[in-house]
Amino acid sequence: MSEALVTLTDASVRFGDLVIVDAINLTVSRGDIVTVIGPNGAGKTTLIKAVLGLQPISTGTLTRAPGLRTGYVPQHIQFQPTLPLTVKRFMSLTGAAPAACREALERTSVAHLYNASIHHLSGGEMQRLLIARALVREPDLLVLDEPAQGVDVNGQAALYDLIRTLRDTLNCGVIMISHDLHLVMAATDKVLCLNQHVCCSGYPEQVSNDPAFVELFGRHVAESVAVYHHHHNHRHDLHGDVVGHHHGHGDHHHDHPSHDAKARDHHAPH
Amino acid sequence: MPLIDSILGDFFWRALIGGLGVAIVAGPLGCFVVWRRMAYFGDTLSHSALLGVALGTLFQIQLNLSIALVCVGLALVLVMLSRNRALATDTLLGILAHSALAIGLVTLSFMPDVRVDLTGYLFGDLLAMSRADLGWIYGGAAVVLGLLVWLWRGLLMSTIHEELAKVEGLPVEWLRLTLMLMFSLVIAVAMKIVGVLLITALLIIPAATARRLASSPERMVIVAIILGMVAVSGGLSMSWYLNSPAGPSIVVSAFLLFLLVYGLVSDRRAG
Repeated sequence: MSEALVTLTDASVRFGDLVIVDAINLTVSRGDIVTVIGPNGAGKTTLIKAVLGLQPISTGTLTRAPGLRTGYVPQHIQFQPTLPLTVKRFMSLTGAAPAACREALERTSVAHLYNASIHHLSGGEMQRLLIARALVREPDLLVLDEPAQGVDVNGQAALYDLIRTLRDTLNCGVIMISHDLHLVMAATDKVLCLNQHVCCSGYPEQVSNDPAFVELFGRHVAESVAVYHHHHNHRHDLHGDVVGHHHGHGDHHHDHPSHDAKARDHHAPH
Repeated sequence: MPLIDSILGDFFWRALIGGLGVAIVAGPLGCFVVWRRMAYFGDTLSHSALLGVALGTLFQIQLNLSIALVCVGLALVLVMLSRNRALATDTLLGILAHSALAIGLVTLSFMPDVRVDLTGYLFGDLLAMSRADLGWIYGGAAVVLGLLVWLWRGLLMSTIHEELAKVEGLPVEWLRLTLMLMFSLVIAVAMKIVGVLLITALLIIPAATARRLASSPERMVIVAIILGMVAVSGGLSMSWYLNSPAGPSIVVSAFLLFLLVYGLVSDRRAG
């Protein structure tokens, strides 16, 4: 058993009477990639923030390894256009030396943007910059909230590849939120399927056959994930997105509204 | 030092030196107001300055001190109230800004034996600047600039993304509080220059103008300071030659600079 970096034990987060996440047990160890999936409003971001210590937990315990260094890639940074900022300055704000900043940018293949204004980056470049910024701190634990957001399908696969490579070279633990079920199932060690509580968790093959997973995401999605093998150009490929995420593109096929409804409304039994 | 003495003995030079001192701190803090979208917040704090004047007069406390204290108090109230989210922040600010101003005015009216130059407090009374005022301005400026230099990286990072800053181990709550303290100090000393109604203008117009001319946050601060100094000098000259009120003249000259820069420099040049 490798070193546990962060552990949530029977943890829940409540706002007043509203239960956001409940009775979560979760461990991220060094070398792990844990992916949290689940419909909108399932509490994924809240869970991640609890792991980061940004969101105090109401009950249960959060244990972090002593001296744990965390790299955080937030879901979305709204850079104020009134604040002039270059990639270089944004990186140097970590307090790291310029050489280290450049090296981190090279690792995520955006070193050529070193002097670019942060306001001119594309979605994919921005994600890679944010990852580089998390890396420069040489984290033990990398926390990513929807790293593939705003990135096209091919770019998404490359991004998950990058995350795996980083896990290997840095020997860190990774916990991330994702909506891209197919890519998750291919790129992850451990999946945690969340809908306020942990519906099911385990290896991708286990999870995709779990009744709770099938119930939450619908049979079509579950089956297409279970038989996932290189259907990158298949039209159903993006189907997982229907489950919860608004990509803002018009090209997703919402041709199974019943699953949509299920995903949103159904609280799978534990 | 007869030269310095004769300069400080002249009301125009005292006004200019005081105005330049305020421009030095208004530049960086104005940038934070623009970056953090706190213009309305600045307005609310500065409106409460009049309440500070009233309370200071009532309890016979030094006015700059009582203004700063009331601003800090209001800032803390704002932070607490905005946590429970019963009202949208802009509604809350609108309520507090004008209530603070009104309470200040009403309180002053209860003190009939105290003659208060209301216009001076509302629009500034730069030409009545005393040597003690200059001491307050430069003392306050030294404190604020020292804090800014010391906490710069943390302040900038928590402005860009507070949660990221927190994960990286920066004390974001403490930084936010320090920033509010600095605002309160600047409002207390800037009130003499442009008055409570125009302080926000002195903060945000040079900063917004500087945005067009800067490609890094640090340069934006320096350009904002220079623009603020130009606006103060221009406004005072205008006041001298046209006999216009000094505070509003400074804001007018800042606005003219803004128009000039936005007319001449396209937004492609700045990053």
